[in-house]
Amino acid sequence: MNRYSRDQIAARVAQDIPEGAYVNLGIGLPTKVANYLPAEREVFLHSENGLLGMGPAPAEGEEDEDLINAGKQPVTLLTGGAYFHHGDSFAMMRGGHLDICVLGAFQVAANGDLANWHTGATDAIPAVGGAMDLAIGAKQVFVMMDHQTKTGESKIVAQCSYPLTGVGCVNRIYTDLAVLDVTPQGLRVLEMAPGLSFEELQAATAATLLQGE
Amino acid sequence: MINKISPSLQAAVADIGDGATVMIGGFGNAGMPSALIDALIEQGARELTIVNNNAGNGDTGLAALLAAGRVRKIICSFPRQADSHHFDALYRAGKVELELTPQGNLAERIRAAGAGIGGFFSPTGYGTLLAEGKETREINGRMYVLESPIHADFALIKALRGDRWGNLVYRKAARNFGPIMAMAAKTTIAQVRDVVALGELDPEVIITPGIFVQRVVKEAA
Repeated sequence: MNRYSRDQIAARVAQDIPEGAYVNLGIGLPTKVANYLPAEREVFLHSENGLLGMGPAPAEGEEDEDLINAGKQPVTLLTGGAYFHHGDSFAMMRGGHLDICVLGAFQVAANGDLANWHTGATDAIPAVGGAMDLAIGAKQVFVMMDHQTKTGESKIVAQCSYPLTGVGCVNRIYTDLAVLDVTPQGLRVLEMAPGLSFEELQAATAATLLQGE
Repeated sequence: MINKISPSLQAAVADIGDGATVMIGGFGNAGMPSALIDALIEQGARELTIVNNNAGNGDTGLAALLAAGRVRKIICSFPRQADSHHFDALYRAGKVELELTPQGNLAERIRAAGAGIGGFFSPTGYGTLLAEGKETREINGRMYVLESPIHADFALIKALRGDRWGNLVYRKAARNFGPIMAMAAKTTIAQVRDVVALGELDPEVIITPGIFVQRVVKEAA
């Protein structure tokens, strides 16, 4: 089956981030999106630990232990960037001031329910971080993930079996097979990987899909 | 003359008692007041309830406090990390209690305590395991969960510079939980890289005004 590469998914997400947007890129795969934002487009990257105007990783030897991102990796601050405390950082999310957040996921349901913090395994040590705040806080929530698990199960489902991160919060899903919008009628296919048929996509998806316009 | 400068790290933490609730600033190791934590380990207080975003990284700071067996309970958002082996072992052995709270609710619960708010309705976590058993309410068509403030006996935080009135400025993203924890504790103790004379901190850029800080101590002699 033809699939988009992870870099192609990241580049596709970046297309939907306009100039002037305040954006939080979740840890893991979503951080790749930053590599595809054109230099001339001014986008404000927010990091939950207290940065706006986050820049790329520093050159080797230029790391600063007080300047890290949500994943605790060294980053830089762009000219014009700002620091603030955690209360303000999460007010930016919860208060609806962020335009877009891009998150990874274990599962997304047809109604936009998101599961990305807990697999439900009873022996796992639970950890949630800022996932639930981002899920309900940003004006638009984009999910970026593989369409299927490593064992071939659909991560897009009629109903999440994993514990939820947020209820009905996802707006758009970008996978290695397709770009989908969550609509009141259900999941609408906007784009498919080259050569993929709607029937093949539907067969790989555990929720009913609607053909795009 | 008001002088909040403690003569030593040991003196700064001397009155933290067994069973105290202690907020510890930092996000991972950025902003972690390691010199104060080392002094607290040496001081010996036990059965502590710790409030921090994480549950220790590596073998220093909060991780060392956990490893020393001083923590009864931890309130945090993200205890599971590649290098959180001390917490993992204690948790699996049933030797430490965990109260998991979404990061923004953690921050706001701390801020609420500092601001004198008795509770607040947050949309974060609605419909999830972390809201089970909590009161919910629909407000203007949206569902919210009632969250309670987190008060502390002590806050240990790290700042860049402080003066004898307790005014503080921080450094870069190490600010994180410092300002809100300073507001939420009965006694806030700030470790600073430099103690500066009154007036050296520009009043336009002071992040934590001294009213929220009881003690300032230089992190290294």
